[in-house]
Amino acid sequence: MAQAYTPGLRVTENAVIVRERRLPLLGDVLVKVGDKTKARDVVARTFLPGDVTPINMASKLGCDPGDVPELMKKKEGDRIKRGEVLGQSKGIFGLFKSKITSPVDGTIEIISRITGQVQLRGEPEPVAIDAYIDGTVVSVHEKEGADIQATASFIQGIIGIGGEAFGEIKMCVGKPDEELTPDKVDASCKGKFIVGGCYVTCETLRKAAQAGVSGVVVGGIDAQDMKDFMGYDLGVAITGMEKLGLSLIITEGFGRIDMAATTFELLKKREGLTASMNGATQIRAGVMRPEVIIPLKDAAAVKASAVEKEVQGLTVGCLVRIIRSPNFGVICKIAAMPPELRKMESETMVRVLEVEFPAGRRALVPRANVEAIER
Amino acid sequence: MSGKKLEIRSILATDCGSTTTKAILIEKKGDEYRLIVRGEAPTTVEAPFEDVTKGVLNAVEEVEELSGKKFIEDGRLITPQRDEKTGADVYVSTSSAGGGLQMMVGGLVLTMTAESAKRAALGAGAIVMDAIATNDGRLPHEKIERIRHLRPDMILLAGAVDNGTAQSKAKVVELAELIAAANPKARLGIQYRLPVVYAGTKDARKEVEDVLGSKTALKIVENIRPVLERENLLPARNEIHEQFMEHVMANAPGYKKLMSWTDAPIMPTPGAVGYIMQLIAHMEKINVVGVDIGGATTDIFSVWHHHDEKLDKWEEIFNRTVSANLGMSYSVSNVLAEAGLQKIMRWVPFHVNERELRNRIKNKMIRPTTIPQGLEELIIEQAIAREALRLAFIQHKDFAQELRGVSRGSDISQAFRQIVDRSIVKMPELDMLVGSGGVLSHAPRRCQAMLMMIDSFLPEGITRMAVDSIFMMPQLGVLANIQKPELEESAKRAAIEVFHKDCLIKLGTCIATKTVPKKPGRVMTVTFTMPDGKTLEKSYNLGDMELIPLGLDQKAKVRIVPERGIDAGAGSGRHLEGEVEGGVVGVVVDARGRIYTKAVDATGKPFLEGAVPLPEDDVERVQTLKKWHKALNIYPDYNL
Repeated sequence: MAQAYTPGLRVTENAVIVRERRLPLLGDVLVKVGDKTKARDVVARTFLPGDVTPINMASKLGCDPGDVPELMKKKEGDRIKRGEVLGQSKGIFGLFKSKITSPVDGTIEIISRITGQVQLRGEPEPVAIDAYIDGTVVSVHEKEGADIQATASFIQGIIGIGGEAFGEIKMCVGKPDEELTPDKVDASCKGKFIVGGCYVTCETLRKAAQAGVSGVVVGGIDAQDMKDFMGYDLGVAITGMEKLGLSLIITEGFGRIDMAATTFELLKKREGLTASMNGATQIRAGVMRPEVIIPLKDAAAVKASAVEKEVQGLTVGCLVRIIRSPNFGVICKIAAMPPELRKMESETMVRVLEVEFPAGRRALVPRANVEAIER
Repeated sequence: MSGKKLEIRSILATDCGSTTTKAILIEKKGDEYRLIVRGEAPTTVEAPFEDVTKGVLNAVEEVEELSGKKFIEDGRLITPQRDEKTGADVYVSTSSAGGGLQMMVGGLVLTMTAESAKRAALGAGAIVMDAIATNDGRLPHEKIERIRHLRPDMILLAGAVDNGTAQSKAKVVELAELIAAANPKARLGIQYRLPVVYAGTKDARKEVEDVLGSKTALKIVENIRPVLERENLLPARNEIHEQFMEHVMANAPGYKKLMSWTDAPIMPTPGAVGYIMQLIAHMEKINVVGVDIGGATTDIFSVWHHHDEKLDKWEEIFNRTVSANLGMSYSVSNVLAEAGLQKIMRWVPFHVNERELRNRIKNKMIRPTTIPQGLEELIIEQAIAREALRLAFIQHKDFAQELRGVSRGSDISQAFRQIVDRSIVKMPELDMLVGSGGVLSHAPRRCQAMLMMIDSFLPEGITRMAVDSIFMMPQLGVLANIQKPELEESAKRAAIEVFHKDCLIKLGTCIATKTVPKKPGRVMTVTFTMPDGKTLEKSYNLGDMELIPLGLDQKAKVRIVPERGIDAGAGSGRHLEGEVEGGVVGVVVDARGRIYTKAVDATGKPFLEGAVPLPEDDVERVQTLKKWHKALNIYPDYNL
């Protein structure tokens, strides 16, 4: 049974992180392997063709379709600005000429002497993908994008909302058991990732969004508050494309739960550094967790490895977090691993762990109700 | 291949669920096959493992610990058996590790073909993550980004009527091109092609095939909207079901490795459970409804003996629905969203702060492998399970309609005019209800499982009830389906013997009235002729529940005499005589009645929603629940 356990979320001081950045359509990759990137640098770009605006010039100019090309002031392929004259009628004895102007910025694509139509193509719309993290390009996907690598501190949350965001880390509470209250959010939080402790409410989130906060990282939130902030209840947890003014990452769960000390201390240590964040979550087989990535600049001080440590099972002495009531969120140490099934208050017979709380008290907890503290 | 039939000595069988992997050991003891031990471990599709075989080995490790035998060597299972203490002759497995079905739909117009596509997907029990349409206000690249981000398990593409305009056909093909351009990744990172069901205009079939045929696992079915005024959802719904079972549910990282270990193809869990349900119905010639409530899905099976009036003959009709939007872990928050908090709370016999209850449910969703430690947690989980079962059964009854198998379209306007119950699943005709899945099989008291099923399925008349002892029906189903000639006979025999002796736990029988009279008072009198010949006459008032002790393999004759206007299964005021079987619980008499109200399902279709009547006043409701719990000895004495 030693190997059968619920691995915890990753909270790592130094890790090698690689993120794939891909355009939704084929385009141009603007970087090459080895290039250094900042999070907001565009690494690949494409252009969407603009919308087509047809104009019935023959009708507007009061002429035969075959006469349209001669009355045009511009020719096929010419760029045109909104309001610029496209063509002019002959008028009556040279008087009362009417001018037809372009309704859009763009290019003249077709002038047809058969239909008398002029087709304008609007300005192409750029679509770009940024690097997401400060790092280095380690591979390029032709016409699509690139992989960006960084040595960074990495924090996974349990659930999040909102997409990618960027900002400097700012601690808004002093301890992991402090609530992030509205009074702690002010103008100095603009553009930043603010770190709360155990709890945040809808009211605080709304204030943060109005203040221009990029992201909020906190231990817990009530499901009702998340519903109020989003405007709907999450049936199935698939998030990431909400436009709520900020991204939110919950590190522990629903309710008032102290942020894990390791997570809190790591964020505190990295205060002032710029981070990248993504609240996107998918709770389904093939889970996607929200993340905070804090690239580290001092490479000499960092000895990170991309090689994952071999997964260790639960053993006596391991630290675990309890992930179900009672004692939700409490971190304790495994004191014993009795092999026989034990009866819980619910009368369920389960495999248990005997855990020791920080104050020394011991209790039996179902093995399924703990997660290993990952490093 | 000598063709010699082998006598199997030992069998290891696993089921890889979305949340938990279960392993059982079966051995031949003397002349019979028996279950020896069972192990389980969390399913390992996620990082850091991302290999379903790790969970299999963990579960088998538990079997090793409990049996004192060795089944694993160098990271592989030992087959065949080497000696008394080492290895097993046969290893088989089922899988639903891929979890639930979350899909996207596409159509030309958001409120027309896209809406019909959404209804088809919802009707198949899927979760619809998003609907794309030509008029959904998003630019092509935004649609592509959306598809990539969501990583749908499947896409249903519809659009345009048959024999429509060239323009609409072109737009459908554009949508297909969009899907091709998105090229979404499988969420479990495995190499398989995304299932796409095309149910749009037949005029565009060739072009859609050209665009998507080589890039996706494309299936083409009849148009869900062949003409604007008519929907034809059944072919698409059926195909979604099939594709889900065959290609989504059972797939997980490490699947190929698992396939190389097994002595039979890995069956999707509902396929295996469905096989066993059919076996029960066929052997006993009865109508059976079975349920497997899992972490991501709730699967319901019915085997019904239906009289075809046109052909004047009886036929055995098997229906299976997989409600991928209802489950006890990954989908648990969706149960809350679909049922609503009030419907869950109505089953809870103590005051729960609403905010707190929402948090508990959401915490279960984000940490799906946890189990209830305290009694309060157990009661809340069982309340949620009631709603998941109830909703899944509604979906099943709707699916199991008369004329199923015939492309019966429906007039869009008629769908909202009247509610006609065409389901072939009629509760007074139900002979047996079988439950399976963690929350039922692992309920600490068997009477809890029995009451959960009664509260959700609302049986009427006389209905036998049973539960899968430790949730091993999937493993027995796949064992019974081994095709290797040398193993086939022995494997089937093992499956049937273990099924009868160790798997199916007979809970007992439920006797239930349907009618809720306007005034309280007596609703029926039941006379039992017990096995020892003694008679027992009992009167029941509206709202009563009682447990009559009747043990395993005991039977009693009953004569049910309802009061005037009360239907106890044979019609209003009509007597009913029959036989009840005992079990580990006994005979549950349920005189609460059932109330039916008009409701609208997630697809917008009206239906009749059944429920056990409960007082509206909260204090009375709690008192009533406690009365029932005490009558049936459901929970230990609690003071919550």
